[in-house]
Amino acid sequence: MITTAALVVLLPFLAAVAGLLGSRWPRHVRGDHPGGAQTGPERAEAERADLAAGRRAAWIAVVPTAVSAVLAVWLAFTRWAESGHDPGGPFPFEAGGGTPGAVTGTLTVIDTGSVPISLGLLVDGLAATIGVLVTLVALAVQTYSVGYLHGDRRYPSYSAFISLFTSAMLLVVYAADLLVLYVGWEIMGLCSYLLIGHWWEDRANSRAAVKAFLVTRLGDVGFLFGIFVLGTAAGSFRIADVLAAVPGMSSGTVVAATMLLLAGVAGKSAQVPLHTWLPDAMAGPTPISALIHAATMVAAGIFIVARLHPAFLAAGPTLDVLAVLAALGMLGAALAALAQDDLKRVLAYSTISQLAYMAAALAAGSDSAAVFHLVTHGAFKALLFLCAGAVIHAVGSNLMSAMGGLRRELPVTFATMTIGFAALMGLPPASGFFSKDEVLVAVERAVAQGPLTDAAALLLYGSALATVAVTGAYATRAWLRTFFGQRAVVALPEPAPGVAHVIDTREAPATMRWPLIVLAVPALLLGFAGLSGVHWGTAALSVAVALLGAGAVYAVWRSDPLSDPARMLGPFRVPCERAFYADSAYRALFARPVLALARLVVRTDDRVVDGAVRGSGRAALGLSGLVRLTQNGNAQLYVTGLLAGVLLIAVGAVVFG
Amino acid sequence: MSWLPVLLLAVPLAGAVALLAPSRMDAPSRGRLLRVHGLAVSGVTFALSAVLAATFDYGDPARVQFETDLAWIPGLDLRFHLGVDGISLPLVVLTALLTFLCFVYLCRGRADGPGQLLRPRAGGNRPRALVFTLLVLEVGMIGTFLALDLLLFFVFFEVVLIPMYFVIAVWGGRARRAAAVKFILYTLLGSVVLLLGLLIVWAQAGTLDMVALARAHGTGMSHSVQVVAFVAVGIGLAVKTPMWPLHTWLPDAHTEAPTVGSVLLAGVLLKMGTYGFARIAIPVLPDGAAAVAPWLGAFAVIGIIYGSLACLAQRDLKRMIAYSSIGHMGFVLLGFATLTPVGVNAALFGNIAHGLITGLLFFLAGAVKERYGTADMPALGGGMLSRLPHLGSLLTFACIASLGLPGLAGFWGEMLALLGAFDPAPGLSRPLFLVFMAVGGLGAVLTAAYFLVMLSRVTHGRPTETVHAPVLASSAVAGGSTGQGVAAPAEATGVVRAAGAGGGAHGSGTGGGARGGEPSGGGSGARAAGGGGFRDVMGHELAAWVPLVLLIVLFGLWPKALLLITDPVVRTFMGAP
Repeated sequence: MITTAALVVLLPFLAAVAGLLGSRWPRHVRGDHPGGAQTGPERAEAERADLAAGRRAAWIAVVPTAVSAVLAVWLAFTRWAESGHDPGGPFPFEAGGGTPGAVTGTLTVIDTGSVPISLGLLVDGLAATIGVLVTLVALAVQTYSVGYLHGDRRYPSYSAFISLFTSAMLLVVYAADLLVLYVGWEIMGLCSYLLIGHWWEDRANSRAAVKAFLVTRLGDVGFLFGIFVLGTAAGSFRIADVLAAVPGMSSGTVVAATMLLLAGVAGKSAQVPLHTWLPDAMAGPTPISALIHAATMVAAGIFIVARLHPAFLAAGPTLDVLAVLAALGMLGAALAALAQDDLKRVLAYSTISQLAYMAAALAAGSDSAAVFHLVTHGAFKALLFLCAGAVIHAVGSNLMSAMGGLRRELPVTFATMTIGFAALMGLPPASGFFSKDEVLVAVERAVAQGPLTDAAALLLYGSALATVAVTGAYATRAWLRTFFGQRAVVALPEPAPGVAHVIDTREAPATMRWPLIVLAVPALLLGFAGLSGVHWGTAALSVAVALLGAGAVYAVWRSDPLSDPARMLGPFRVPCERAFYADSAYRALFARPVLALARLVVRTDDRVVDGAVRGSGRAALGLSGLVRLTQNGNAQLYVTGLLAGVLLIAVGAVVFG
Repeated sequence: MSWLPVLLLAVPLAGAVALLAPSRMDAPSRGRLLRVHGLAVSGVTFALSAVLAATFDYGDPARVQFETDLAWIPGLDLRFHLGVDGISLPLVVLTALLTFLCFVYLCRGRADGPGQLLRPRAGGNRPRALVFTLLVLEVGMIGTFLALDLLLFFVFFEVVLIPMYFVIAVWGGRARRAAAVKFILYTLLGSVVLLLGLLIVWAQAGTLDMVALARAHGTGMSHSVQVVAFVAVGIGLAVKTPMWPLHTWLPDAHTEAPTVGSVLLAGVLLKMGTYGFARIAIPVLPDGAAAVAPWLGAFAVIGIIYGSLACLAQRDLKRMIAYSSIGHMGFVLLGFATLTPVGVNAALFGNIAHGLITGLLFFLAGAVKERYGTADMPALGGGMLSRLPHLGSLLTFACIASLGLPGLAGFWGEMLALLGAFDPAPGLSRPLFLVFMAVGGLGAVLTAAYFLVMLSRVTHGRPTETVHAPVLASSAVAGGSTGQGVAAPAEATGVVRAAGAGGGAHGSGTGGGARGGEPSGGGSGARAAGGGGFRDVMGHELAAWVPLVLLIVLFGLWPKALLLITDPVVRTFMGAP
């Protein structure tokens, strides 16, 4: 079983290596040879070579991912068959690495001089479930990208980075050791950086990539320190050992460790206050947004909390903090989503908001609800992004003001995206209905009992309900603005950043269409896995609230289909659109002071630190100049000095002798 | 008695001496022979180091192996004592490898390629002197890591300075003289203090044998003597490392040194300082180390933050990489300061990783400078990934390795150093070291920041900015492209408007310029613009860089390869079980 898990992780990694090195090998004519000094036939040949490299890269990317997906499904299935289906839980998995059904394997142990690192993998219900999600979404995205980036010169490196990302995410999922997990965790961040910056000709994309990496890395430093605290206290970095040692740790240790881990979680899962990178990350190609910034990497933060949930349950204050952050994040992000004009940014803020739902479930003490929502969200948000990609591919712009009335031109996209939006709003029978219901029930229970303080639990519950309404509103707004009404005629001089460079108002090619249809199935049906656990009272309430929000938007939109329903926000519209000025505040508080400090350091280094060095040099020269005055070649002076010396010595001998 | 360490020193020395023989050959064939000679000698040395690594007994890395112990100056009881253990073995191999790669870089390229220092030229590039200097440098570097006698160590430590001075002063950039003088005066001053410290140890312990001194673990020396000796030895080594605030010779030296000089300076010379901490200062003077460790840690983390901030505001690529070395060496020193086995392991790992990564970075920066004629980032413009895709990709790789991405070599040294600071040796103030750890963690974020900002500035964006390329400012270019309306005035003043894939209108304009130049007979300059000036990675460069890339990935994915041999030695030195 561990060998299979290792294969699942390694196959995409090998695909990445092969894709990076092998796509253009043996060497083809490059399309961009310096100087642009190419004749016509040369250029045509270069383009042919690019296409051939792209085709080869596509095979290298898709086939290993597909094999990986099959193996991951097999792994989950055998795991499920062995452990026996648990009828009580809403979803077939159990948390924690210490559960009896978990299988671990260790390749080697690295002695560091302190706590050793063990290179090992772990397969339990949680890992198997998320592994299936990751490989399937990755497969859909790889297939979709073949069409989406057809003819892009850098497709080979792009698909290789997706493969590397898949491998890293699977390493996170199957890791048995916290430091091994951290390795995968950071490599995911790197792939995110590289892929957001895929269209690096535009400086804005490059800046967005740097921002994403730095903000998440800031959180990751805390995450690493949290691992140190847990590992040192448990004497081992193995997840099973750490969880076994948690009951014996002092509460201060556990709280410190989980708070530090929370920093990494907030960074990776784009939770308040480290959420600002995710909307900018939409500068990457849309399939990347679907895979990394919706379905998998941003869910890794939630995954790690679920993985170490026993430790978090032992740390009440951390759960309170998590609850407050989740409450703020879900409502704030949903409001921001309501005011955005960029379709992808709507979805990005929606992702922040939905991830906050998962965090809320975790804070309320129900990791199974969180993971359930993680899986359904992975399916429907990936679907929404891929649909958005198809829309953008067709329209040539990210902006909803340039869309409208697309339901006739893009019928497949319309149908699948409608399913996605229904799941996002939590309307039955889509998957989101069931998982959101689980989350709401968990939060509701936390008000009465559980680890949270009352104030935090109430805040969380109120915020969760309000967010259901706002979610209904923004999903309806995006749906109406994209597919209904009339298309505003907007002149597009050149493609906006982060946009596929093909403009063609027709349904997307087959490689893009099929992943939509395939992903729509789980987005619609996955919820029935949790059918037995539906609490109809809460469910009716949440559907009613969501419809309320949707109805309000519909009413406003009906009155004037051409203008933006976001006008109902009134004076709050601009703050919502700017996401409550978090970016500006961070720039003023952190970015500018650091740069100013950097300039100060350079000046200090030149004037003070090196100035002292140069000054000592000048001082030595000056001193030697003084001493040189005595060496003036005047014999009289020398003899006088000699005699004076003799006199002094004589006097000294007499006085002291 | 083993001949292998002696041979490791004798081969490059003999190779250098052989160059002194007068020759009657004509210049071109002498140039060819010189290339073969340099490549062969450094290749044999590297092969010897590989044999050393292959026959090393990995079952017992804490034991000194391949020991050679001969009387040197019997009157003073100085001994010619060489040997290898788990700490010195990786450094010896690294030194031999980097020197060999430098020769590959120098010797394999076309003789008339840009930046080729071995090109015979009127007025003198002194190729023979360069090979001689580098071989003597190699003797000194390898000797430092092999020496097991304190004064022998010091002698080799000093032998290195002179050739490096000449490398900077003769083959360096515009302000090379001042940089070289600063380098040698500063490091000599440090060496004097180091010598004082070593003499104190000798006077108190009565022996110069490093093995015996490490085994004694400070017995026989009073606390105050140890503190004084540690401070003296520490300052001497800290200048070399360099530790903030004793670092200012480094940026100048790196900026002005030629590519091979920078590579060896960063890859090996800085390691001599940190090796001294691991080999002499900490095991021989444990009490002194315990007293000074908080200060060492404080200077280390200041160095991390200070170096990172300085990098953030640099304009010059080579200078930025030099300052990044200060930050990375801060992590190494922080590892030492924790006085824990994990910290010292971290420092030794970080040492090797920094040698590989920064060596690669300086190779790449050198390649950039040769192509663009400058390393000034604003002048470089952007879009290297489209103009020179392979070079840009390698630069991205090296920067990502250097910012400490897990899975590449740079990570383990930093991570383990922070882990050491989290749980420092008993007797050290834990809260203080927790602060050091937090500051070091912030430094890691800043490190990522400056590397990514640099990548964003240099490799991303569109390559349409104008680039000053003095090499190309020949009349041939201007004459050949008079027909090109927009581009001609710019080219006539020696400014080449560079073209790239995304260059659009500008790109086609320059392409026309290059095409127009060739038929008119004045095509050599134009070809330089299209070919020699902006050629992507060439074969000899790839040959020199790929081994480094492979090792960075290997140690990143399999850190056990290094920790396996350093950990037992470190445990012995630290007296840990």
